[in-house]
Amino acid sequence: MTPNLTYVIVVGVLVAAGVTLLLERSLTRVLMGVILLGNGANLLLLTGGRAGGPPIVGRTPQEEMSDPLPQAMILTAIVITLGMTAFLLALAYRSWHLNGHDEVQDDVEDRRIMDLAERDEGPGTEDDGDADTDDDAPVDGARAVVASTNAGSSG
Amino acid sequence: MTYLVPLPVVMPLLGAALTLLLLGRPRAQRWVSLTVLTATVAVAATLLVRSSLDGPLVVEVGGWVAPLGIVLVADQLAALMLVVSASVTLCVLVYSIGQGMADGNEETPLSVYHPTYLVLTAGVCNAFLSGDLFNLYVGFEILLVASYVLLTLGSTETRIRAGTTYVVVSLLSSVIFLVAIGLVYAATGTLNLAQLVDRLDALPDDIRMVLQGMLLLAFGIKAAVFPLSAWLPDSYPTAPAPVTAVFAGLLTKVGVYAIIRTETLLFPGGRTATLLLVTAVLTMVVGILGAVAQSDIKRLLSFTLISHIGYMLFGVGLTSALGLSAAIFYVVHHITIQTTLFLAAGLVERRGGSTALDRLGGLARLSPLLAVLFFVPALNLAGIPPFSGFLGKLGLVQAGIDDGGVLAWILVAGGLLTSLLTLYAIARVWNLAFWRAPHPDMPREGDADRAARTDGAIKPGQGGAAPQTGAVMPGLMIAPTVALVVFGLVLTLVAGPLFDLSTDAANDLLRRTPYVEAVFPGGTP
Repeated sequence: MTPNLTYVIVVGVLVAAGVTLLLERSLTRVLMGVILLGNGANLLLLTGGRAGGPPIVGRTPQEEMSDPLPQAMILTAIVITLGMTAFLLALAYRSWHLNGHDEVQDDVEDRRIMDLAERDEGPGTEDDGDADTDDDAPVDGARAVVASTNAGSSG
Repeated sequence: MTYLVPLPVVMPLLGAALTLLLLGRPRAQRWVSLTVLTATVAVAATLLVRSSLDGPLVVEVGGWVAPLGIVLVADQLAALMLVVSASVTLCVLVYSIGQGMADGNEETPLSVYHPTYLVLTAGVCNAFLSGDLFNLYVGFEILLVASYVLLTLGSTETRIRAGTTYVVVSLLSSVIFLVAIGLVYAATGTLNLAQLVDRLDALPDDIRMVLQGMLLLAFGIKAAVFPLSAWLPDSYPTAPAPVTAVFAGLLTKVGVYAIIRTETLLFPGGRTATLLLVTAVLTMVVGILGAVAQSDIKRLLSFTLISHIGYMLFGVGLTSALGLSAAIFYVVHHITIQTTLFLAAGLVERRGGSTALDRLGGLARLSPLLAVLFFVPALNLAGIPPFSGFLGKLGLVQAGIDDGGVLAWILVAGGLLTSLLTLYAIARVWNLAFWRAPHPDMPREGDADRAARTDGAIKPGQGGAAPQTGAVMPGLMIAPTVALVVFGLVLTLVAGPLFDLSTDAANDLLRRTPYVEAVFPGGTP
């Protein structure tokens, strides 16, 4: 059995695109990344089995049959990916509902450490970010997050 | 007796279907879940006895012969894991019923709690019993999907945030696992674990290394091994106490189980021993340093959870029979103790209104029972001599000294340091939350309104607890916690037989032939 180069390249492109999207902040894009990654993995499963005619006894000679097992596994994997897609969509929708955006938020530990670092720099710096708490500009993002953490812990 | 083998998977799934039909009838749901899980414990115990006496029990699902169909295998390791996990899930179920979380009012989605919980149990049991790599993947997916729902129950803002991290990381590990399965199938033409034994041995070393690396990576994320563990302390503490407890007890251990299974059955010979040992020491030390820095009991316990995964990897990485059996013993001990501690943390949250250490105090005087329920498993976790935690660590240290290598000695030192730092972290919780004077903000005895506000809907226990504390700590929450504390103490009392059992299991794992011969009595095809 020789691997089909087209398959391998398509798998590579799907996985690369999937990983790129997975690194985005918006959950919808992460979801797209997950779908692409899943499809890449499914296609990879397919390349693992022998290609050939439909594996039905009497219709295809046994030597020319394709391997049905990877196809069965892909079906299972597709069903699982479908369920996960639905769940992630619901999660993204809920996040948009609660926060007005679906961005993956900062790590709690990172926020705590940023918070502590900010306090160490000077007592007045804590309140600086209040004005632009809802501003999602990347430069002010860290400070806005710290401000919202402070607001959250005092509430 | 083999007809018993699929039951731990089938019964919870049927129970889940039944409880789904009984939506809106919480009382009936509760009885179905309790019955199903009690039956699962009984079946698991029977399986453990039979598999110790007669060797591994094998079922070919649907009657399809082994390499074509899927097999379920209950060997001693799988059966032992089943018994412990089923007992723990049963206790946590009673606790969650006591907390009244499962019977929230009709508008909240909490009525899906019982079906989801049972699906989670089915997934865990399926992963333990699976004799096929793809079925193991399916088992993982079942338990993960159920865990996504449980983690985001009520979909409050913090849970959505934590859920996002958890879901995306788990999805990534699942894709890696799936890719590994595709590669294993392409290289060997089978996914049956017993058949893979020979076929993987025949592969060139470099290909084996790639396959082993991929599988270790996938399982490492699920087991929260150090460089892959950052998702855990972020996601677990936000969930309701019983959910966190069952996750902490079971989910990471399924990953550890998968590592033990693949490292012994599929890839023996310790080619990745160095890697495992290095990650083990890093997991232990980095994890516990994280715990020392925390100021919230739940987050602190999440970090000790990561840290103690390192002990299990330590045993697996030594690849000796003693190391492996100590690791298995440690898994059993840790499932019980970590769950107990999270349940106790839930009680602390209920009694003290918070799990933040700076808002707690004086719990030892306010509630001596709670203090005992926290103190005993906490000392057990740290490894104070009479307890099972000490015995497990003793076995590991002994195995490390027997190994004699430089790395093994470093691990012994790391293990002892981790044990000491665990004691320090636990003592800090004890001093701040239990021993110092009560915090002025804390709810007083019988201050039910306040407790109700902190935790949403409260249903007083049915267990007839004293009226003063009844509203704060329902009897049905205390009883399962007491049961698990006692279970942890019983582990200490029966440590001798249990260690014999884990040694048997470890020897069978290292010999590999009992497993293969049970699946293919007439020789591997």
